[in-house]
Amino acid sequence: MDLTELYQSVILDHNRRPRNFRKLPDANRIAAGNNPVCGDEITVFIRTEGDRIADIAFQGAGCAISQASASVMTQRLKGRTIAEAEALFGRFRTIVGEGTPDEEDLDLSAFAGVHQFPARIKCATLAWHAALNALHGQTSTAVTE
Amino acid sequence: MNPPASTPNWTALRADFPILHQTVHGHPLVYLDNAATTQKPRSVIDSLVRYYERDNANVHRAIHELSYRATTAYEAARARAARFINAAAEEIVFTRGTTEGINLLAYVFTPRLRPGDAILVTEMEHHSNLVPWQLLARRTGARLRFVPVTGDNGALDLDRLDALLVDGVKLFSFAHISNSLGTINPAADLCARARRHGVLSVIDAAQSAGHLPLDVQALGCDFLAFSGHKMAGPTGIGVLYGRHALLESLDPFQGGGEMIASVQFQESTWARIPHKFEAGTPDIAGAIGLHAAMDYLEAVGRAAIGAHDAELARQAAEGLRRIPGLRLLGPAEDRGGLVSFALAGVHAHDVVTLADQEGVALRGGHHCTQPLLRKLGLPATTRASFYLYNTPEEVDRFVETIRRAAQFFGAGA
Repeated sequence: MDLTELYQSVILDHNRRPRNFRKLPDANRIAAGNNPVCGDEITVFIRTEGDRIADIAFQGAGCAISQASASVMTQRLKGRTIAEAEALFGRFRTIVGEGTPDEEDLDLSAFAGVHQFPARIKCATLAWHAALNALHGQTSTAVTE
Repeated sequence: MNPPASTPNWTALRADFPILHQTVHGHPLVYLDNAATTQKPRSVIDSLVRYYERDNANVHRAIHELSYRATTAYEAARARAARFINAAAEEIVFTRGTTEGINLLAYVFTPRLRPGDAILVTEMEHHSNLVPWQLLARRTGARLRFVPVTGDNGALDLDRLDALLVDGVKLFSFAHISNSLGTINPAADLCARARRHGVLSVIDAAQSAGHLPLDVQALGCDFLAFSGHKMAGPTGIGVLYGRHALLESLDPFQGGGEMIASVQFQESTWARIPHKFEAGTPDIAGAIGLHAAMDYLEAVGRAAIGAHDAELARQAAEGLRRIPGLRLLGPAEDRGGLVSFALAGVHAHDVVTLADQEGVALRGGHHCTQPLLRKLGLPATTRASFYLYNTPEEVDRFVETIRRAAQFFGAGA
């Protein structure tokens, strides 16, 4: 396959200039994720107000897929409720797991090409696992491998 | 095969390795992950088939014909391994590989260490030459001490070695060749210095056994471990060498069949070395495959193989240095047969994915040397490691692939 199917311009752009790449000093939910196989590490910071995500940011180091996925995720989750975040993660998993783009969500659909690289699916979902752990109040590190 | 040892015909040797002749993602395979595991020549594959089709039986037990053949072949492999490193046959313990060899040592040294003692290793060790010693330290209250790595050039700070070999150090274990830097450590000098301080030396020869002539008498080591699969042999078989008197004096590792002289309900006596350290049915086929691999490597010539791999690594390093934003690790000269590097702003796994799409098999990650990479401030590197069947043309393809990866991901941008 053409490599640009995996590394779409959205992914390359978010990898070079990750959005919301910082600590949140007033975060009330924090969770880490790591992939011991490749060494990807990520920390997701969330400030909730009620059951809504008022602010979200991340820091970490890893491959383009994991960094871009975290960056896109922070943009898509800001302002959402926890239930909406769960639903979005479900949609994202379908996109990367089945390779089916979602026309209503072009940024998430940029990751559809990951489907053809089964070893990289965990890179794409790492930040989401960490974010959902944070929202569910789990303090342990999300591990994908 | 079997060209004269002086001038191997490297291109012709490729015909001996069936796996090389395939395309991956539409491109001819360029296999450059040899530090992880090497490919096997036809003679090794055939030796496994022949054993299972003709001679398979358990060893050292029955007196029927097949058992006799299996036992003879298994012990012939031991004698072959002894010649391979200039040791005696009873000094050769078959293991699953380097990792098990070092774990065996770390286990049997448990009663020999006490709180206040120390184990010296280096900062460039593979996890398999670090974690077993951490476990030994935890069991005994001993401490770990480290010979520092000076920086990106991958050298050990040997000026400090003598000062580190005192104050209760019982064992000094180090890699002969670093799997993540390509450094070739001056093993004979390190062993001699350990001996002067009354410290036992252990060489992790995983990356050297298939690439350099090894002579444990010349090296002066007390123990040495290596893996068959990193030197054209099968997975699941390796060797731990130990000096005769030391092996005699140590307690067994695992208990079971094969390792006993006499068993009673309350206690037992042990078999002689090396069988004392080989409980249970061993990897008989693996040992026979390793025998064939050692024959193959010796026919080509290990000194010639080492020079060939080093020349490919030198060529690769020269090409990589011209790529903007590329940080090359390891020594500038006298590099072992591998290159390890990072591209500014590009993760190793993205590089490896791009290379894989072009049929080039590389390794990206921490190479089981996490503490070292953390010290160098790198989460991961990309590594290409060479063996006797790799060619200068393949190195050119590899360097071109890395150049394209740098452009595609905008290294240093």
